[in-house]
Amino acid sequence: MKKLLVLIAGLSFAAILGTAMFALESTPVDLRLEVSANLPLSGVDHEVTAVLLNYRGYDTLLEIAVLLLALLGILAVMPFDRTIAPPADGPVLPILARPAIPLMVIVALYLLWAGAFKPGGAFQAGAVLGAAGVLAHLTGLVPGWHRPRLWLRSGLAAGFAVFLCVATATLGHGAFLEYPRPLAGALILLIEATLTLSLGFCLSGLFLLLSKGEGDKS
Amino acid sequence: MSTGLIFAFTGVLLFVMGISGVLLLTHLLRRILAFNLMGSGVFLILVGLAQRYDIPDAVPQAMVLTGIVVAVAATALALTLTRHYFTLTGRCDLAETEDG
Amino acid sequence: MTLEHYFDIVLALALLWSAWQSLITPKLDRAVILFISFGLLLTLAWARLDAPDIALAEAAIGAGLTGVLLLDALGALGASKHSRKRQ
Repeated sequence: MKKLLVLIAGLSFAAILGTAMFALESTPVDLRLEVSANLPLSGVDHEVTAVLLNYRGYDTLLEIAVLLLALLGILAVMPFDRTIAPPADGPVLPILARPAIPLMVIVALYLLWAGAFKPGGAFQAGAVLGAAGVLAHLTGLVPGWHRPRLWLRSGLAAGFAVFLCVATATLGHGAFLEYPRPLAGALILLIEATLTLSLGFCLSGLFLLLSKGEGDKS
Repeated sequence: MSTGLIFAFTGVLLFVMGISGVLLLTHLLRRILAFNLMGSGVFLILVGLAQRYDIPDAVPQAMVLTGIVVAVAATALALTLTRHYFTLTGRCDLAETEDG
Repeated sequence: MTLEHYFDIVLALALLWSAWQSLITPKLDRAVILFISFGLLLTLAWARLDAPDIALAEAAIGAGLTGVLLLDALGALGASKHSRKRQ
């Protein structure tokens, strides 16, 4: 009975939304023109990066805060009785992972730099760094984070802290998060660099804080 | 029937599949999978409808980028809570409450 | 309808089919693997929708990180040892 109700409701919802979508007309407010008209003033040359870090910078600030809150939630619920996983059998995986990880760091730095004028940016670079951290843990090169020390905690919080400091510093010159025009490019690069580092730590921390493995420590 | 509309309608169907899964499935891990399907459906709708113009619209794309990162954070927290619930009670589905 | 539209329709059908199978299958590890492949197909969809930033992020985060988190949780729940029925 419940299945039938959910099925009928779902299909009618899909039908109504589909009909509305096909009959959609163009909106009176076309944001693309505003985005491309103000692009030279925003400090970067790529529209999506400009929207993320300049026009809607407040959303990005809150997104990093949400990521940190999720990490805090995981830290709060983390089990303390963990079994030690057996080390990886055979030397092939660590040998393959060791040259791959510096290459991934170089790719992440390139993506961070290219985000100013091509597709790329802080989130993609941070995601590649997070994947590098997970790869390092799965092949036994990096142990799990059982009790994060000070440098790790400051790395996790650095992105949000720098972004918030820049945002409140601009309060004195204008509105919250309104970059001064000549400094916009440099400020965006500073925020993106610390954001990349912090995102890499946060995303690999989402996995490494939960893991039971000790790694090889080799 | 342009590219954007095809994928936007796929997003609608994915959202409906996801929410039916959250309502009807009982295993917590499956509900997390269905929840992620809901999120991916919404992202497809946003970006698919941004294709209505000849040059793609940048604002929905930035919103979806934010959304993907928030979705992975929420999934990680949900999985942690599921694992903790499993170590506390030994069950993988929520206990039925008795009324009255 | 041009050749690109045929490719888009095939990709959309593959997305829907992998999502449906991921919810229906009784074995949980198969469901997680199907979800990872759904993430990779979604990367192709972002590339078709002229959104290269989202494709980069989805390939790394959506398919990679979420897949690893789900597989780790699967091992912790011990669910791969005894496959649960859907209802």
